[in-house]
Amino acid sequence: MLNEEVHVNEVLKKYPSATREDLLDILHDIQESDPHHYLSDAALSDVAAHLGMDLADIKGTASFYSMFSFSPRGKHVIRICDSPPCQLLGATTILQKLIDVLGIAVGETTSDGLFTLETASCLGVCGVAPAMMIDQETYGNLTPTRIAEIIEQIRREDEAS
Amino acid sequence: MKEILIRIDGKEVAAPAGSTILEVAQQQGIPIPTLCHLDGLSDIGGCRMCIVDVDGKIVTSCTTKIAAGMEVITNNDRLAELRRLNLELIFAERNHVCSMCVSNNHCELQDLACDLGMQNVEVPYAYPRLSLDATHPKFIIDHNRCILCGRCVRVCAEIEGAHVWGIAGRGSEARVITELGVDWGDAEKCTDCGKCVEVCPTGAIVEKGKATAEMVKHPELVTTLKERREND
Ligand code: SF4
Ligand code: SF4
Ligand code: FES
Ligand code: FES
Repeated sequence: MLNEEVHVNEVLKKYPSATREDLLDILHDIQESDPHHYLSDAALSDVAAHLGMDLADIKGTASFYSMFSFSPRGKHVIRICDSPPCQLLGATTILQKLIDVLGIAVGETTSDGLFTLETASCLGVCGVAPAMMIDQETYGNLTPTRIAEIIEQIRREDEAS
Repeated sequence: MKEILIRIDGKEVAAPAGSTILEVAQQQGIPIPTLCHLDGLSDIGGCRMCIVDVDGKIVTSCTTKIAAGMEVITNNDRLAELRRLNLELIFAERNHVCSMCVSNNHCELQDLACDLGMQNVEVPYAYPRLSLDATHPKFIIDHNRCILCGRCVRVCAEIEGAHVWGIAGRGSEARVITELGVDWGDAEKCTDCGKCVEVCPTGAIVEKGKATAEMVKHPELVTTLKERREND
């Protein structure tokens, strides 16, 4: 886990005089830079030491937010919206398509470690419902055909890199 | 200190500015039901049992400070009904089966149900499947009985200074945790002092090896401790 320590330390260096008010920013940064997009116990302990906070306090705060994960995830995190406007425009069909294409259930990671599938509440882009995000990118007006294309394209890009 | 005049249950009362409604009521010998409040700990307004009517608005008396001219009603039909419904929801959220609980007859939640005349729970029980952690050498935490009052969290942080407990997750997924969510027996900072046992109002945190008749708690120890420290 040497790798992990390095990326946590890099993030903490950016916040030399941080207080507990910086907690969420720091956690986002760490999760973002982690190859598995999650907050490990080791990372949380380092943050606690850095901010002079208690472990239970850090875990309590972080676990309030569904954006944070405490177990390793895939290289790309897919978050499909399951709020009513997207539901009305077929989010259930889109989710089913994702499940079929990826061969995993919600909350799982593909065996090649490339994708994790999650649901999310309204992504704020109801105008282009049904919508999803893959990492930081938003995809709207989804159809089952487009799902297959998007996933296929990311797979290809990944093989190429 | 500056005194403020308020009216509580029709009676004009003068109390120091900065007091909470609950404090004033207690000084006046007016009973208000409480669960998460404990004299000597900070208040979080978590359980909502201590609600009162202030000028037609329902507020938690443990966290609301008095203001000049305030008109407080501590009990009427509406308050009684809201408190009872709140209590039913607390019962229904976890697995409170008193006859099977080590804290039977020594439980603040059960006492409240009796005091407020809660005959039965009309909302459906959620029956969540929850765990019990007996890894600590002396104590047990049984999430089936936890009402998330947060007294354990506050006593451990504010009085013992060990900061072991926290509340993780949200809504119906919320649980008390020790440190990062490790087994209590592995919590490095726990001093085994037992303060969380004494303040836990239900059978959630209990001492190992105690029979039901012996599982009597002493939350007032914490109040006394706090008072002594303040007088030092
Ligand atoms: S026994 Fe004492 S130190 Fe340990 S969790 Fe309870 S209050 Fe905190
Ligand atoms: S364990 Fe006891 S003291 Fe702690 S939150 Fe649950 S009911 Fe309250
Ligand atoms: S409901 Fe799906 S983006 Fe708003
Ligand atoms: S005692 Fe006031 S909210 Fe719990």
